[in-house]
Amino acid sequence: MATTPTAGTGAGPAERGPGEAPAAGSGPAAVQPGPGDAAAPVEGFAARLGRLVADLVREPYRSGLAPIVRKELADNLLGSRFVILAGLVFVTTLAGLYVAAQTIRNNVGTGVFDQFVFLKLFTTGDPQRQLPSLVSFLAFFTPLVGLALGFDAINGEESRRTLSRLLAQPIHRDAVINGKFVAGLLTIALMLAVLALLISGLGLRMIGVPPSGEEVGRLLVFFLVTLLYVAFWLSLSILFSVRFRQASTSALAGIAVWLFFALFGTLVADLLADVLVPLGDVVTVERQLRHETVTLWLKRLSPPFLYSEAVAALLDPEMRHLGLVLITEYIGAVPGSLPLSQSLLLIWPHVTLLVGATLAIFCISYVLFMRREVRA
Amino acid sequence: MSDPVTAAVQPSPSPQRREPGREPVIRTSALTRRYDEVTAVDALDLEIYEGEIFGLLGPNGAGKTTTILMLLGLTEPTSGQASVLGRDPTREPLEIKRLTGYLPDNVGFYDHMTGRENLRYTARLNGIPDAEAEVRIERLLEQVGLTEAADRRVGGYSRGMRQRLGLADVLIKEPRLVILDEPTTGLDPEGAAELLRLITELRDRHGVTVMLSSHQLQQVQQICDRVGIFVGGRLIACGPIDTLARQIFGDAPLLEVECAPVDDGALSAVRGVDGVLEIDREGPRLLVRAERDVRPEVAAALVKAGYRLLRLDLRSHSLEEIYRRYFREGSRHGDDADGGNRRRAR
Repeated sequence: MATTPTAGTGAGPAERGPGEAPAAGSGPAAVQPGPGDAAAPVEGFAARLGRLVADLVREPYRSGLAPIVRKELADNLLGSRFVILAGLVFVTTLAGLYVAAQTIRNNVGTGVFDQFVFLKLFTTGDPQRQLPSLVSFLAFFTPLVGLALGFDAINGEESRRTLSRLLAQPIHRDAVINGKFVAGLLTIALMLAVLALLISGLGLRMIGVPPSGEEVGRLLVFFLVTLLYVAFWLSLSILFSVRFRQASTSALAGIAVWLFFALFGTLVADLLADVLVPLGDVVTVERQLRHETVTLWLKRLSPPFLYSEAVAALLDPEMRHLGLVLITEYIGAVPGSLPLSQSLLLIWPHVTLLVGATLAIFCISYVLFMRREVRA
Repeated sequence: MSDPVTAAVQPSPSPQRREPGREPVIRTSALTRRYDEVTAVDALDLEIYEGEIFGLLGPNGAGKTTTILMLLGLTEPTSGQASVLGRDPTREPLEIKRLTGYLPDNVGFYDHMTGRENLRYTARLNGIPDAEAEVRIERLLEQVGLTEAADRRVGGYSRGMRQRLGLADVLIKEPRLVILDEPTTGLDPEGAAELLRLITELRDRHGVTVMLSSHQLQQVQQICDRVGIFVGGRLIACGPIDTLARQIFGDAPLLEVECAPVDDGALSAVRGVDGVLEIDREGPRLLVRAERDVRPEVAAALVKAGYRLLRLDLRSHSLEEIYRRYFREGSRHGDDADGGNRRRAR
């Protein structure tokens, strides 16, 4: 009787052994004289989980994604094009930071900068000298980085005649376009992380007020939204690189779209709204209201506008409403600021739209690339 | 991975290569690819055996590259089957690409990277462990004679160096089958000879099966065990060069005659010789086709007619002649070379 359980547990691992050879957990579990039935499913699960994790880790190497990301990342970071544009972003950011710090210092005690001073570093320009804020610099220049990282992603490989050689290797075809996108994202994330740290350090030195936990949270979200915004431009430029054979054509297309939205987006929205909801000689309140609403929604078709609205709500906790605010809504309102969670709620549609647009554009380029015939 | 296989093949002497009944490395049956109204590859039946160098010959736009792309699973066939190393390219392209090296026509490299870095990238894409890759890279660079240039940027490489780097790039995965698309295009004669020497070495020393496409017949002739002539998407002839020659010209020998002066008198003198079938004038030479070797008779006839005989040779049929002959016939079948050109320009 006493030998039966030991014999049973002894046979257990021996039976399971060959089936689950790589399972590391089977050793110690089998030594325990506990009931073999209970240990078996747990082991099986652990082994399966282990295999799943191992597969997930191995997959990027098996599909060829990992080496492509690695190479593209190195190309991005060492390429002169990225260095130039990142340099431009850094210089303008520092200029914006300096202007903000000056303005804040000159207005100490006026009450304007009592709350969330650290956030004001990002949003304050110099109204007298008409200098834009750090955020508007970022909003203007970061799309260029996204465009620069993607505009020759696919057509560059074609014109260098490396694409057919690449696709003759045992890798999945989508690893090429996925790898370029991931490497671009990592590059942008790295740049923004460095930028965030740099601003934080210098800002602290300039105004001497440390950010509160709430402010740190808001800044974190701000940089994530910025990453998303640049990712949109990256995916757009990758789409152009699939669509156009010439790198110069796709670069021009990207810049054209960027210029259009950055400079004419709101202008066109205004014009269109005037056509759709004409304001005649006699303007009723309802008509005026409808006109404004249509204008706002037209403007929201433009990614830069979406981004600027989201950023405004994120970096200004006192902003409780995006778009038109009626005087009736002000009456009786208690002045104060929103907590981060409420601001997030306010910009959630914006984030969703940006994510959706980015993914949709990437999907189009993915399909175009997968269906394209690659000739030598 | 392919080591045991190549090792097993290596000692086999070359005559065995063409042994019929052996399992072919590449087999296609009725393989067809259509682009809109143009048929790039038309019902191709092809077999390529282990350890041979097979030359796919034809003018530009004949469908050579399309065939190669279908074999690698980079293009889907419209109809028909292909099997490469026992696998279906449309179903298991990754397995085929793991065992097959492909050097595209006019291959490109990343110019900002060195030759060694380019090879390292390919090694990583093939999942070769870094330590093993370094050993292979070193060996291959030596084999193709690029050891000294290995750490220079590829942007500064000559055409020949690129092509040799391409060969190293193809070999880094230790393939069982190597497919080369127009490997000698744009190379100077020395560079081409060097590349062909390397390709021959692959077969002789490593037992690798090589399929190469070319329109440069002179070069291909030197190294191919068998050739297939490809015109307008159809394989119009396939086999060893001497067999093809016999098929076209029969056993009738071709004489090359040089005499002075070359005029109509000389022509009629030769024509008078018994057994002469056909005479062509090629510059200062006469090309005489005859039923048998009529060299003594031709010499006697020319001397008797008062001509000075400068040279008299028995010429073997070159691939170029075979090709030209076949090409002329292939064009007559309607699907002409123009169709090919239109496809290219597409």
